[in-house]
Amino acid sequence: MSVLIGFLFMAAVYLMLSKSLLRIIIGTAVLSHGAHLLILTMGGLGGRKPPVVAEGVTVADYADPLPQALILTAIVISFAVTSFFLVLAYRAYQELGTDNVNLMRGTEDYD
Amino acid sequence: MINLPLIPLLIPMLFAVILLFFPKRIILQRAVATGALALTVLASFWLIYEVYTGGILAVTLGSWPAPFGITLVSDLFSALLVSTSSIITLFVVLYSFESIRKEREKFYYYPGVLFLLTGVNGAFTTGDIFNLFVFVEVLLMASYLLIVLGGEKAQLRESIKYILVNVISSALFVSAVAYLYSVTGTLSMADLAVKIPQIEAVGILTVIAVLFLVVFGFKGAIFPLYFWLPGSYHAPPMPVLALFGALLTKVGVYAIIRTYTLFFTMNTGYTHELLSIVALLTIAAGCIGALAYFDVKKIIVYNIIIAVGVILFGAAQLTEAGIDGAIFYLIHDMMIKAALFFLVGIVAILFGTSDLRKMGGLMKTRPALGWFYLIAAFGLAGIPPLSGFPGKLLIVQGGFEDLKLWGSLFVLASSLLVLMSVIRIFLYAFWGDPVETVKIKEPVFRRMFYPAAGMVILTIVLGAGAEWFMPLISGAGEVLLNPSFYIDAVLKE
Repeated sequence: MSVLIGFLFMAAVYLMLSKSLLRIIIGTAVLSHGAHLLILTMGGLGGRKPPVVAEGVTVADYADPLPQALILTAIVISFAVTSFFLVLAYRAYQELGTDNVNLMRGTEDYD
Repeated sequence: MINLPLIPLLIPMLFAVILLFFPKRIILQRAVATGALALTVLASFWLIYEVYTGGILAVTLGSWPAPFGITLVSDLFSALLVSTSSIITLFVVLYSFESIRKEREKFYYYPGVLFLLTGVNGAFTTGDIFNLFVFVEVLLMASYLLIVLGGEKAQLRESIKYILVNVISSALFVSAVAYLYSVTGTLSMADLAVKIPQIEAVGILTVIAVLFLVVFGFKGAIFPLYFWLPGSYHAPPMPVLALFGALLTKVGVYAIIRTYTLFFTMNTGYTHELLSIVALLTIAAGCIGALAYFDVKKIIVYNIIIAVGVILFGAAQLTEAGIDGAIFYLIHDMMIKAALFFLVGIVAILFGTSDLRKMGGLMKTRPALGWFYLIAAFGLAGIPPLSGFPGKLLIVQGGFEDLKLWGSLFVLASSLLVLMSVIRIFLYAFWGDPVETVKIKEPVFRRMFYPAAGMVILTIVLGAGAEWFMPLISGAGEVLLNPSFYIDAVLKE
């Protein structure tokens, strides 16, 4: 799992360093996937059963429920941020007429 | 009342939800927002009183015992910061009436401000590291709205960078929490403070401590991670900028101080040394920026970075003087930055530009504005009767006690450059030959000027009455220096 997460982080960094805004947003999505998988992995991958109280399952069998709750929270937060970011990118494309971040330099009112 | 630490969070959140129902009725929006913030300020004063007389307040949500549920903790440090941020937000809203335009007010400006305050107060009050992440996201989401609201080209361009940087730092925050959880198996700050000293693998904890420094450094704009701030803070309108400059970076600073005094104390020789070096570099970077520009916004924005460095230099010392100084300077800096942005905003509106070279002679037409600006500038630099002095004095004293002689001398030298950078605004904008100014109506000017003057007067009170506030400050410093008070209050052992 850690190798996979490392690969996701690598891909995310590569995408975020590119020029197109859409690639950057895909990079942030990949980055959050990596972070969420990291929480799951760091919580420990032991435990055979889903953390639901059921007949005939002892405490030792359950997977750790806490990282799952953390991931659920982090997922909805990153959903919200990503959707905001996508709409912002759309508006910026309409207003500025480019999706190349190299051309989005602030010079007109700077010193 | 046991749920008191929740009140300064719940009031802004509740009223923000109410404000969502009638976005077009501006007068009602203004009245409700002002009322809600006044209530928040009162509640936070009450909170200070209760914490000062009765000790640390800890609320466990849902009555789950401490390490298992989420705990909200109000010690004097967080109570003081909650009151300061509530007061500043109240003044920002008063200042917004004239300086933010109507079309913005109709598009959920006031709910955005109140949600931002909810996130800030929550981040100051929480006692759980993941809950801190959630509150930071609350305030960041509100700040994304406020920074882009209006949709001017510069705003769109800069908010893309702002959001990208914060998305990355949030992903790092989640990763850092994941690492910390895998090492300690807990998320409650008090429980972390118990568990971390028992762990022998100091190496991995040091790595996590530095990772947290990177995460909060992104939020708080410390030396190599401040690159996003000058551009992003240049874009939004002035009241939003005052709100950001006063509150947002300070949440990062608070988080660094909290984590580095409460639980990352296992290897101070490395982590705190790193923190003080980074703090000094932050001061240097800020000073260079503050002197380089002829743009009033940029000058004050770089002064934010300098102040972050000064506060963290104080906090890195772990001596009584250093910590007390950092707390005092933090509170002073939140207020003085808000005041300066208000005043500079009025200047920029009067001249119709933020370029210093196109300004001049405002002292003849608006003398009151000039004098208040001068007082605020002296306060920022730390001239004795004013509010910047006691904090910086203690920080420098702490540096001498902690054998960081050069660091303290560096902080003193930086004060000169700070003074020079803000006096330059005074020389260009207020002295010299009068330049033609934009005509604005007298009542409009007054409604912008009174909140600004009020903020300056509050900083004068903070400075001249430092004796009255010192018991609160040293009480806050005591808890930071002795984590056992915090742990006992939360875990109730």
